[in-house]
Amino acid sequence: MCTQPMRPTQLNEITSFKLKLKMNMKKLIILSLFGLLMVACSSSGKKNETTSNNTASGSAASTESTTGGNPSYDPNRGEGKFTRVDVSPTLDIAMAEAGNKVYTVKCGACHKLTDEKLVGPGWKGVTQRHTAEWIMNFITNTDDMLTKDPKAQAMLEICLVRMPNQQLTDQEARDVYEFMRKNDGVK
Amino acid sequence: MRKNNMFTLAWITLLVTGSLFSCKPKNAGDAVSGDAAQQVYVAPGKYDEFYNFVSGGFNGQLSVYGLPSGRLLKIVPIFSVFPENGYGYSEETKPMLSTSHGFVPWDDQHHLELSQTNGEIDGRWIFANANNTPRVARVDLSTFKTAEILELPNSAGNHSSPFITENTEYVVAGTRFAVPMDYDNGDVPINTYRKNFKASISFISVDKNSGNMKLAFQLQVPPVDFDLSRAGKNKSHDWFFFSCYNTEQANTLLEVNASQRDKDFILAVNWKKLEEYAKQGKGKTEAAQYAHNVYDENKHMATSTIEKQVLVLDAKDLKDVCYFIPCPKSPHGCDVDPSGEYIVASGKLAALIPVFSFDKIQQAIANKKFIGDYDGIPVIEYEAALYGEVKKPGLGPLHTEFDGRGNAITTMFVSSEIVKWNIKDLKVIDRQPTYYSPGHLCIPGGDTKKPNGKYVIVYNKITKDRYLPTGPELAQAAQLFDISGDKMKLLLDFPTIGEPHYAQAVAASLIKDKSVKYFDINKNQNPYVTKGEAESKVVRNGKRVDIYITQIRSHFSPDNIEGIKVGDEVYWHVTNLEQDWDLPHGFAIKGVPENAELLVMPGETQTYKWSPKNPGIYPFYCTDFCSALHQEMQGYVRISPANSTIPLSFSTGKNLPNPTTAPPLLDK
Repeated sequence: MCTQPMRPTQLNEITSFKLKLKMNMKKLIILSLFGLLMVACSSSGKKNETTSNNTASGSAASTESTTGGNPSYDPNRGEGKFTRVDVSPTLDIAMAEAGNKVYTVKCGACHKLTDEKLVGPGWKGVTQRHTAEWIMNFITNTDDMLTKDPKAQAMLEICLVRMPNQQLTDQEARDVYEFMRKNDGVK
Repeated sequence: MRKNNMFTLAWITLLVTGSLFSCKPKNAGDAVSGDAAQQVYVAPGKYDEFYNFVSGGFNGQLSVYGLPSGRLLKIVPIFSVFPENGYGYSEETKPMLSTSHGFVPWDDQHHLELSQTNGEIDGRWIFANANNTPRVARVDLSTFKTAEILELPNSAGNHSSPFITENTEYVVAGTRFAVPMDYDNGDVPINTYRKNFKASISFISVDKNSGNMKLAFQLQVPPVDFDLSRAGKNKSHDWFFFSCYNTEQANTLLEVNASQRDKDFILAVNWKKLEEYAKQGKGKTEAAQYAHNVYDENKHMATSTIEKQVLVLDAKDLKDVCYFIPCPKSPHGCDVDPSGEYIVASGKLAALIPVFSFDKIQQAIANKKFIGDYDGIPVIEYEAALYGEVKKPGLGPLHTEFDGRGNAITTMFVSSEIVKWNIKDLKVIDRQPTYYSPGHLCIPGGDTKKPNGKYVIVYNKITKDRYLPTGPELAQAAQLFDISGDKMKLLLDFPTIGEPHYAQAVAASLIKDKSVKYFDINKNQNPYVTKGEAESKVVRNGKRVDIYITQIRSHFSPDNIEGIKVGDEVYWHVTNLEQDWDLPHGFAIKGVPENAELLVMPGETQTYKWSPKNPGIYPFYCTDFCSALHQEMQGYVRISPANSTIPLSFSTGKNLPNPTTAPPLLDK
């Protein structure tokens, strides 16, 4: 049983990041308590509860402080390789079908297609809650996003299970996004 | 006055005692120099510089340590069952331990050899021998899993194995025990040893790309005990050298009866010529039974095939392949220096180390400088093959490795030390005590053309007081020395598991970046894979029940199963759906006498067989802490009597209790 508790600095970074969001004190205290809870869970848990490896945590820590203090961080886009995703008003049926196949193998164990939370949130309405870029960045750059993105962190505080990186290719991530659109009624 | 005298006496006593202490000879603690701690300290989160692959001896496994820290990183199960991860228990891995004798759950693993290209370590595979039921295994160094095991017919005590040629063309395996060949009648009086018993040396070819092993041919040799071996290098590339003892051909009380002669032999074998003769059809195909077990990484399962024949060539029929060289006193180690010119043989009972010259051996053969023949094999004159002797190196020389700077380091079992000597002038340069009685030693690449002479690791046979006592059985003591300077410096003791014999070490950079992190679920070709929860199911076929079950943080699908009966044969095909590094899930069921647990790697499928004996509810759960909700990763299976009519059902999250049975305060 290996354990790797969250680094104290990591907690500070998260907290200071939240400060910059100009939250009021009461909210901050509640969130800090959640933060402590996360630390408590992960310290009894496995190293994957925090970050995956040396290099990842190293680079995450260094970019984190700049991101935290960087007003140019776009919380709607998230952190990752996708800066602009072209989405047509109509559905790409072939892509959605491919996305459905990926969903069956790699996502369906934790995400329902309704709005019901299983391990992770249900997918109904997800394309309205987040941009295509944010969703695809979260799918492909999961650890980084969970470490620094406020919306991803807020979800983690609810679900308490870190979403695994399921190693989707860029195209698979796009296909899954199209399948999400289909699930949200795009024709 | 009297009081004063007493006082003075006390002072004198103190002074004398003090000076006595300071005169005390240096103990092991003093032998460690001041900066040793710094040299072996690997800061938290940093990697070691070397992998050290260490044989497990009587635990049958391979253990992997980091150097210079001496930290244990992994145990790779090879020849023994490993309940910790289900090796030898899961349906997929059981065939790995199949032999012509049936399933053998244990062996004794002595020697390891990393694959080589052009005489240098290439970091692809590591080969391992099984001493007891003769086998050779190949471990894949991208997955750190046993990929293949080949049993050897006509063999017993597979000790001089698995040594390899410069391009991994062949792995050799010589017999320690002479025995009647499998194709002869084995039911003979033991004291007809000299007539009915034979020894054999197996040549296993290795496919350049896949690594797959094949028993290419066997060389039948006189019934002496083959101990250790090395292939030549550079100019001696075509040759193998084997140490042998019991040239007395004793079959009882070998301790005395096999120590009669002043000299035993080194056997030099020209394997290139032997290979040619095999291709020319000079051998004889004999009937045999030996298992060949291969693990398919895409199917995540092993298959075992029984091979039926082997090509045997008799040494006495081949006039220019084998030559004996006399060697003092039951030689053990037989090591070839990086140039390929010098062959260092270590007589266990000798007080000197003979060094043979490859060039002189060639001249002696050309000039027929033989003293006679031994069972049809020419014996070269000792002096005609000898380069020189290391005089008074210590007592009980066993094994030698090379530092790449023209020096050899030899372990001395009886005098409990390592001795560094120059190969050219045969002069001893340095000696350091070891604690206690060293067997093998290992320099990274120390048996190849390119040693990395930074460290030597010594694997001691006796531990005694080196660690906190743990009852009669103690951890084995390995010791790390810095050999970069003239003097060898002891840096670190580290305990090891099993009983290490030979070991290999290699720069971590050659291996670490190609380590597999998870298996692609889309490439999983296991016939019982479940690709996604939607495919999870339970299928009954007569008394056989196949459960296709998935794992992901942190639940099983299905996790409620009913309708299984006593007398059923239940196969749990467990697929881990995770696709990230370091996310195995475990699987265990209460009260299963015939099984251990499974540890299923991300993207892998492993199968757990169970024949439930009694009706009841059996919980199962994940044994590898996987998430904050790991403790919730559990399920139930209901076992009903054999004549039950309860239908088969299975689900996750759907088999809900009656709402009227809600526990108190559920809605508060």
